[in-house]
Amino acid sequence: MKILVTVKRVIDYNVKVRVKSDNTDVDLANVKMALNPFCEIAVEEAVRLKEAGVATEVVVVSIGPKACQEQIRTALALGADRGIQIETDSMPESLNAAKLLAKVIAEEQPELIVMGKQAIDSDNNQTGQMLAALLDMPQGTFASELKLESGKAQVTREVDGGLQTVELNLPAIVTTDLRLNEPRYASLPNIMKAKRKPLAVKTPADLGVELKEHSKLIQVTPPAERQAGIKVASVDELVEKLKNEAKVI
Amino acid sequence: MAILVIAEHDNRTLKGATFNTVAAATQMGGEIHLLVAGSNCKAVAVTAASLDGVSKVLLADDLAYEHQLAENISKLVTELGKDYSHIVAPATTSGKNFLPRVAALLDVAQISDITAVEAENRFQRPIYAGNAIATVESLDPIKVITVRGTAFDPVETKGSAEISEISISHDAKLSSFIGEVMAESDRPELTAAEVIISGGRGMGNGENFALLETVADKLGAAVGASRAAVDAGFVPNDMQVGQTGKIVAPELYIAVGISGAIQHLAGMKDSKVIVAINKDEEAPIFTVADYGLVADLFDVMPELQEKL
Ligand SMILES: Cc1cc2nc3c(=O)[nH]c(=O)nc-3n(C[C@H](O)[C@H](O)[C@H](O)COP(=O)(O)OP(=O)(O)OC[C@H]3O[C@@H](n4cnc5c(N)ncnc54)[C@H](O)[C@@H]3O)c2cc1C
Ligand SMILES: Nc1ncnc2c1ncn2[C@@H]1O[C@H](COP(=O)(O)O)[C@@H](O)[C@H]1O
Repeated sequence: MKILVTVKRVIDYNVKVRVKSDNTDVDLANVKMALNPFCEIAVEEAVRLKEAGVATEVVVVSIGPKACQEQIRTALALGADRGIQIETDSMPESLNAAKLLAKVIAEEQPELIVMGKQAIDSDNNQTGQMLAALLDMPQGTFASELKLESGKAQVTREVDGGLQTVELNLPAIVTTDLRLNEPRYASLPNIMKAKRKPLAVKTPADLGVELKEHSKLIQVTPPAERQAGIKVASVDELVEKLKNEAKVI
Repeated sequence: MAILVIAEHDNRTLKGATFNTVAAATQMGGEIHLLVAGSNCKAVAVTAASLDGVSKVLLADDLAYEHQLAENISKLVTELGKDYSHIVAPATTSGKNFLPRVAALLDVAQISDITAVEAENRFQRPIYAGNAIATVESLDPIKVITVRGTAFDPVETKGSAEISEISISHDAKLSSFIGEVMAESDRPELTAAEVIISGGRGMGNGENFALLETVADKLGAAVGASRAAVDAGFVPNDMQVGQTGKIVAPELYIAVGISGAIQHLAGMKDSKVIVAINKDEEAPIFTVADYGLVADLFDVMPELQEKL
């Protein structure tokens, strides 16, 4: 079985972004970038399926400027077999990303597509679902467990009230939640090996996709700051403040 | 043109998030129709008809919609949605699951998790774990939107809309429901609670969450958790508060043994009053807390329980 995994280059999750002073966007100059954590979980899951003999090949795809080849290399170092970069000037809107991925999938014909549930920059949580709709495929979103059995995928999903299990025909799209697995660290030899793994570059034109503008970013502002609070010295003082000052109990 | 809101329910009761979502829709301008899609869910439609601002309830009662499978619901909503200016759903795990499919089928974008409506085509939404607020303008003919419930006060139930039954059945036959394990609790739902007390890795284990439960009992509070507490298996996943868990904004949020990582703050920093109890005075949670208590939670919690 061939598995395709999508990986997005995003700000490192430890970094707190700042808004540019002209309010046009956030400031990403000299900020540490990384593989989106949910995509890292997606890569790990695919690699484990390969190690278990279920998958035969793991292909990773990333859309964005040339710099996102770094994240493809990271995924290759974690155990993926080859990479595809779709070169765009900036990160495309989700629907455009889904259209590009749909074309790659039509060429590659994977039986399973594993994606992150959410990119931690845009916090959109939508690309996987959009891709599934474009391909008329079933989806198992927010997965905390994935089993492949008798030509179907069983996905346990983290939903608001607890856990839900669905069965999907293949090919299917699965998006990862935090509890699916704990990603490994890439070893130095594997990082070296990853440099020699194949990485193809394509453009939206190669794939015959025209990127449309669906929305305009008008401005980006910092969130309302909270007033600095105080430290209380005892439980008594805390209870007194909550009763008489904040009046919330 | 009218606005189509998709109701969230479990075939028996209408979920609270729907009330907030209708409130957001009323700011978009236009008549509001509320779709109740499910199986044997007539009772839900009756409640739905009482929501202020709703002029019509569309009831699609069909076995194919029993479990809200995204593959089926999205086809129904796409078919109905073609004639609306906006299609709106709560930004819950259910809304997030099916609505992007609708957007893709209609060839329009989805604007996720809005926190303010500036104009019928202009919305605010948090990005980067709430460290920035983006104002976006939709260029699409149909605006597909998910709504962050905590940003809008729920509508009341003084209305009386007509209920119109529709018989459109879409069974995509791509997926099937196998089962679910739902957490049973007598406590208020996290996203609707007035008071929340959450525990983190500092709780040490699942049994120690009993310390929070006893305080929660006194305050009528819901109990939440950080990711670390869920990952460690102390408590179930549906209790996770944060960027990628539940977004909450109660009157009072008490964080116990939680360090205050960006991802946790993203889910609770809009709470009205925040209390932090942590033995490390450098913990970042204190930067957002109105009242911080630097102490060992195992000393504090029994005392707090007693003194409330
Ligand atoms: C992609 C991604 C998504 C994430 N999403 C979320 C999310 O939605 N929600 C979320 O919460 N996190 C999320 N995280 C994780 C987040 O980065 C932090 O790792 C997590 O919030 C830490 O949980 P914690 O504060 O309980 O644990 P820690 O950071 O380990 O903090 C434990 C705290 O307990 C205190 N403590 C220990 N013992 C005691 C005691 N006896 N008395 C008093 N205090 C004590 C310590 O001083 C410490 O401050 C996400 C991370 C990633 C990468
Ligand atoms: N530019 C991109 N390149 C590769 N994968 C992407 C890209 N954008 C989104 N994705 C995938 O879609 C998932 C969800 O992203 P989003 O819908 O933007 O929150 C991510 O975790 C990625 O797996």
